[in-house]
Amino acid sequence: MTVSSPPVKLEKPPQNYLNWAFGIKSWLLTTDHKRIAILYLITVTLFFALGGLAASLVRFELITPQGDLMSADNYNKSFTLHGMLMVFFFLIPGIPAVMGNFLIPLMIGAKDLAFPRLNLASWYVFMVGGLFTMTVIVVGGVDTGWTFYTPYSSTYSNGAVILAALGIFAAGFASIFTAINFVVTIHKMRAPGLTWFRLPLFVWAHYATSIIILLGTPVLAITILMVGIERMFKIGIFDPALGGDPLLFQHLFWFYSHPAVYIMVLPSMGVISELITAFTRRRIFGYKAIALSSLAIALLGFLVWGHHMFVSGQSVYAGLVFSAITFMVAIPSAIKVFNWTATLFKGTISFTTPMLYALGFIGLFTIGGLTGLFLGAAAVDVHVTDTYFVVAHFHYVMVGATIMAYMGAIHFWWPKITGKLYNEGWGISSAIIIFVGFNLTFMPQFIMGYLGMPRRYYAYPDEFQIYHIASSAGAAILAFGYVLPLFYLLYSLFFGPKAGDNPWNAKGLEWTTASPPPHENFEETPIVTEEAYAYPVPQKAEVTSGA
Amino acid sequence: MAHNQPSVVAPYFRDIDQQREANTLGMWVFLATEVMFFGGLFMAYTVYFFNYPDAFHEGSRELNLILASINTFVLLTSSLTMALAVRSAQTDNRKWLIIFLIATIVLGLVFLGLKGVEYGEKFQHHLVPGPHFEWDGSFFYEVQLFFGLYFATTGLHALHMIIGVGVLTYFVFKAFRGHFTSVSYDPVEMVGLYWHFVDIAWVFIFPLYYLIDRTIQ
Amino acid sequence: MENFSFFPEQASTMATQIDAIYFVLVGLSVIFAVGIAVAVIVFGIRYRKSTSVDRSNPLHESMKLEFAWSFIPFLMAMGIFTWSAFVYYNINTPPTDAVEIYVVGKQWMWQIQHPLGKAELNELHVPINQPVKLIMSSQDVIHSFFVPAFRVKQDVLPGRYTTLWFEATKVGEYHLFCAEYCGTEHSKMTGKVIAMEPQDYQNWLSGGGGGESMVEAGARLFQDNGCASCHIDGEGGRGPNLHGIFGTEVALEGGGTAVVDEAYLRESIYEPGAKVVAGYAPIMPSYQGSISEGGVLQLVAYIKSLSEGQ
Repeated sequence: MTVSSPPVKLEKPPQNYLNWAFGIKSWLLTTDHKRIAILYLITVTLFFALGGLAASLVRFELITPQGDLMSADNYNKSFTLHGMLMVFFFLIPGIPAVMGNFLIPLMIGAKDLAFPRLNLASWYVFMVGGLFTMTVIVVGGVDTGWTFYTPYSSTYSNGAVILAALGIFAAGFASIFTAINFVVTIHKMRAPGLTWFRLPLFVWAHYATSIIILLGTPVLAITILMVGIERMFKIGIFDPALGGDPLLFQHLFWFYSHPAVYIMVLPSMGVISELITAFTRRRIFGYKAIALSSLAIALLGFLVWGHHMFVSGQSVYAGLVFSAITFMVAIPSAIKVFNWTATLFKGTISFTTPMLYALGFIGLFTIGGLTGLFLGAAAVDVHVTDTYFVVAHFHYVMVGATIMAYMGAIHFWWPKITGKLYNEGWGISSAIIIFVGFNLTFMPQFIMGYLGMPRRYYAYPDEFQIYHIASSAGAAILAFGYVLPLFYLLYSLFFGPKAGDNPWNAKGLEWTTASPPPHENFEETPIVTEEAYAYPVPQKAEVTSGA
Repeated sequence: MAHNQPSVVAPYFRDIDQQREANTLGMWVFLATEVMFFGGLFMAYTVYFFNYPDAFHEGSRELNLILASINTFVLLTSSLTMALAVRSAQTDNRKWLIIFLIATIVLGLVFLGLKGVEYGEKFQHHLVPGPHFEWDGSFFYEVQLFFGLYFATTGLHALHMIIGVGVLTYFVFKAFRGHFTSVSYDPVEMVGLYWHFVDIAWVFIFPLYYLIDRTIQ
Repeated sequence: MENFSFFPEQASTMATQIDAIYFVLVGLSVIFAVGIAVAVIVFGIRYRKSTSVDRSNPLHESMKLEFAWSFIPFLMAMGIFTWSAFVYYNINTPPTDAVEIYVVGKQWMWQIQHPLGKAELNELHVPINQPVKLIMSSQDVIHSFFVPAFRVKQDVLPGRYTTLWFEATKVGEYHLFCAEYCGTEHSKMTGKVIAMEPQDYQNWLSGGGGGESMVEAGARLFQDNGCASCHIDGEGGRGPNLHGIFGTEVALEGGGTAVVDEAYLRESIYEPGAKVVAGYAPIMPSYQGSISEGGVLQLVAYIKSLSEGQ
């Protein structure tokens, strides 16, 4: 150091993907998978908030049996908006486009996804879809329900069906782009030594998910296009008054939309495998069983769509076949739950925020999966389909499980993404509040569903009120639980302590690089020599200090 | 195989082989989604063909078999010129690459032109679904449905052709500037795969719409 | 809120069958869920970070275990499936001696016609201890006929007939809901099913305001629309003789056959050219738009009556 040089006050922070370039343009034109993940994170959170707002309107209306807060029409538009936003703009892109985008290249030791520009295009197409959906709200909403059943959607509804369809069409293509990227990246860009059966289960889950997206989403796209064509040109593709078949729509719609449930749940299962291993500090039990069950779910998931149509008028024999396969698809999900539970055995378990979310996931997913069997049993489904029993069931699976995993993932990888630590106390409280609030919201709905309360009713007979009040009260707690992390996570962003590269002391390539990771992910391409989750195996009784 | 050229290999790939494999797989995966995309329309076709076979036969007889047969021939030939273009790129033959690309474009445009003539005929005969649709025989709605599916399917196919022609035109300019060599030919190969897919889609569309009932005249 | 309950009333023969499966499923679910919860809690406490226990030689893989916990649940699942399959088949197979009642759903009401002419709106009177079969169609979008106390539900589609049957076991008034979202006033498309002693039901049927029976109304429509000028009772009409035709199989123009059922009759009224009986010219005009779904049901009842006792 010479006398003339100015004194160096601070060591320059190491280069990372956040300080690599500055300015709006460096974000909006980025091809860095990590930055695109952040773009997705912000937008997906906004859509979740909007969808949640619509849900609060629904729950407020349902506190009293009479339709007094809003008109029937506005109620219908609220639940439609809630379903559309949550399904197509939060649950489906949520974990893959945010966490998958950020983590898959890091987990497999790649510098980026195979097609970074396609990845950015995915976000823009997604935003176009979001814009269409926002326009739907501005021009007066749409009241078809997120299922768009014909001929109501194609002929009778006077909502902005075509705009909404375009929104979903665009969101679908955004997820196709992401899925192409994942499949190619996982196939071709793994680090040397990273064989298929050394991949983290998170990557396996995203691989299976991508296959479902690639084979299912185009069918939804063309179906929705046909609804649009029918509405514009009055060709009776689905309207029987014009020679069409309304059941064809249901077949095509569920051919995508049932596998879509697995698009939401499989990535969550991948997350849970990561969390459980990190906080039991041991190899996962039944690695291959979990990995291959993801593929089994992806395959069987395409063969069960007809279980949404047991009372639709499809043939009895078709119904029985779909019922049988539905029972079979439950098995690979059960395998996963058993293996996760077995992983706890002889583990070294610490109850951190992400771990609580993971255990919460197991609880909610188990309930969601088991109640799915009620719906798979065709005879019972006759009674409970289109009631609150179904509403409760799919919220347990899609919301209970997927959002628990999403929150768990955000908390687990937050130090990696931002380089900062959040406050554990707040984290644990929010996990518990969400778990309690969720069960309070949706458990009563099982009971009132079996009692016969139909879904999509804005006014209902008095005897259901007590359950609706319980459900709305639970929803308030749930909403509080969802808002809480927003504050302490943002707080940590500015005032949180530095995380270090590997705050959980977890295995996985993503923890071997800096936090936040540098622009090119790794200083040099890592070489993998061991299995996934190669935590040290204790030889005898071990006491770990209760830190 | 080839040595690394920074201008050819993107920084996030290890080497050119990895890049080429990734590109090829990506294209195949994309084509798989395209199959499912068209598959929805073929599914609708199948269901209604079995529901209303008579209406579909009558509708089919209104289509112009001669123009469509010429078009089938044109499109199959364009697949050949496309394959030759890929070959020329792989062998560093810039002149023939450009010639074959242009030939493919011209054949594509001929196809689209003839398709336009066919569409024009349908407009004149009031066979376009919608308020101006006219049909004297029985099965008014069913025949309209046939034409609805016909326009949706061939329209979607034509849209793919237009996109293909656009990309090929862009590639002609890139070929002039020497972008495609035996090292960096994969974009040409990619668009070739796409073009063959569009061709194969037509090979399914042609019999389903034009050839289902040509015996009873 | 005075009639607060956890479990719906059982008021049909189907209810007990479905509830039996339901209770078994609830039992199994509780066993599985509690089992997993207990395992998670026990392992969680025993192997928490701060304890000193034997953690040596943890198992990472066990084909035996994987097989056991996939195969045993699989067998259970198939057991439940088979049981439910029989009940589902039963739900979809109405007894032949059932009382037939016609239902038309339209935004946002249920129109119900009893065979002897009683018509009701959003109310359905049925006798107990006697199977009742509903023949249903929709005038516009898809609806769904749902009676929770009977545990039965069936979508009601435009352009085709679906059926639903039940046998009420208890006198009383039960909710009738539309379960398939059908537009703005979907939640107001509700009504009552009133199950009565058979004698009371007969009295109710013959009570005032009955008007003409469905067969009579159908006969009147048949005359008013001039159907009889072509469909004459005998040989040589321009259309097929409808006497004795219901339930038979007819040969079609251009090959193939069709069974003359409700759906075929409806199609022949709305779309006469679709399936013409062999030997007749396709000259019948369509009555789409001029005869309502309810009217078609009356015509169908009339044509069915022409085949009774033959």
